[in-house]
Amino acid sequence: MLESKNISQSIRGKIVRKAFECGESSHLGGALSMVDILCVLYQSVLKYDVKDFQSEDRDIFILSKGHCVLGWYAALNEFGLMTDPVFDTFQTNGSDLIAHPVKNLSLGIESSNGSLGQGLSFGLGIALGIKKKAQNRNVYVLMGDGECNEGAVWEATATASEIGLSNLVAIVDVNNFRNDGLNLTYQNNKSLPAIWSAFGWNVIEVDGHSHDALNVAFRAAKNENGGPSVIIAHTVKGCGVSFMESNNEWHHNRITSNVYDKILAEWGRNV
Amino acid sequence: MFNIDKKLARGWSRMGPRAVYGQILFELAKTNPNLMTLSADLGRSSGLDRLSKEFPDQFLNVGIAEQNLIGISSGLARMGFDVFASTFAPFASLRAGEQVRMNMGYMQEPVRLVGLASGFALGFLGNSHYGLEDVAVMRSIPGITVISPADCVELYKCIVASLSYPGPIYIRLTGGVNMPVVYDADYEFDILKADVLYPISDITVVSAGATLGFAKRAIDELRGEGADIGLVNVHTIKPIDKDFIYNLGSVCKTVVVFEEHTIIGGLGAAIIDALDAANIRSTQVIRCGVNDEYPKAGDYDYVLHTLGLDSMGIKNKLCEFL
Repeated sequence: MLESKNISQSIRGKIVRKAFECGESSHLGGALSMVDILCVLYQSVLKYDVKDFQSEDRDIFILSKGHCVLGWYAALNEFGLMTDPVFDTFQTNGSDLIAHPVKNLSLGIESSNGSLGQGLSFGLGIALGIKKKAQNRNVYVLMGDGECNEGAVWEATATASEIGLSNLVAIVDVNNFRNDGLNLTYQNNKSLPAIWSAFGWNVIEVDGHSHDALNVAFRAAKNENGGPSVIIAHTVKGCGVSFMESNNEWHHNRITSNVYDKILAEWGRNV
Repeated sequence: MFNIDKKLARGWSRMGPRAVYGQILFELAKTNPNLMTLSADLGRSSGLDRLSKEFPDQFLNVGIAEQNLIGISSGLARMGFDVFASTFAPFASLRAGEQVRMNMGYMQEPVRLVGLASGFALGFLGNSHYGLEDVAVMRSIPGITVISPADCVELYKCIVASLSYPGPIYIRLTGGVNMPVVYDADYEFDILKADVLYPISDITVVSAGATLGFAKRAIDELRGEGADIGLVNVHTIKPIDKDFIYNLGSVCKTVVVFEEHTIIGGLGAAIIDALDAANIRSTQVIRCGVNDEYPKAGDYDYVLHTLGLDSMGIKNKLCEFL
């Protein structure tokens, strides 16, 4: 069994390899920034059955920042939830795996995303349904800080706290960039935790690359009975590849063979 | 649940479709714990007051937040609940249009979304509240069934039928209090079948929603004067009944469509599209509705009258073809 951090590194390896192999531009920055969050989620937080994606007691994961889906597919592959042949179809014509999640329950993909700001309301509805059916399941919605620019996000945050949904956990991957550059909204994200708090959410701020801190945060979120929790995870966009880190050129870009060689050289091994 | 007869039809007509919608859902909630009703702060305008008080667990006001309404409704539908979500038609179709597209279209979550008081039913509230474009929007989203019940009895039949119908549905409520009664006895309602009220002939009127009732009044007068005019209730605008389209194409020379909607993308356009898809070129379609404008607002009767969509206007229009 790999050490937790090594699993993250393996996922990053799968991201850059697949981005290179598909020959198309991919949303690399945001895929790389959320890797440690996904790693901890799939390693020690989410309830799932590798053999039955539709098991009745599974937790629900929704990637609301849908454009970063390559990072999620890589994680699913790493944790045995997506076969290599399926993963290999990423961004090939006619594939189920394109640059945004497409609902596919047989592949364990619960939700279609790509239009930002919609995952939280949908997750809220599922969490409410779970509660009404008196099931013991949680819903995790992974969002971006740029995504929080969308007004619809705040419609959902308001309702979730109003009805006190303690089985709903949002994670905001705060990598501080959006498509056009730095995310200047909410005082450059500085007031983001206070805003979520003002909406009645339990706010947990963490280093989004520290597995220990993320583990603690997810446990704290689960133990909250008073209402929904948000984990504000501070991350580095493009984390893991030196020249992609906080360099928005890699928000959406193509990994050529030169770039790929450069990454391999930096990592000192094959991926 | 309800015994459909003249008395019920008259009573429901007096109440209008929104209050009746709430009453029907209240009756359903009594025996269906799986029923969930949601609104974006228009529960009272949906007649859901009583339901929300007596079955508070089966009602949720998501706040004045239509995008949220669609997302939450879709999540509940995913969890297997029978979900009815209601808000005024333009908010349902346009304000939350992209949520409808992602959740009910792309993901096919089987929400029954109810567009309240569509057409000009909100009178003096004006065009911000009129449903002029909702059919065009909903019709263009793949995989959403669009139904426009003609009266409150048909609304009841439609809601009951929707419970065993797969997939997402947009239910368009038109008309206000004292809307015309079209159905006052029980009848066969099939979401996928148009209802022929008077046999298709050379000149045939196609309509849906409250307008159908006004058209029926006009046609009843004309038929009383000896005119042979067909009348068909195309309550389900999508998917359109193809057998009906073939019958229309083989018998009818001129079909006149009356609709409380812009003629761009509405029922008339749906008929033209369907005739075209069936390669039928011999039937002429006349569309009567709103001509690419926001009409001057006033009370419901005033707006219908100025657009020629009241019984008198419809009768006058039809006389052009007799």
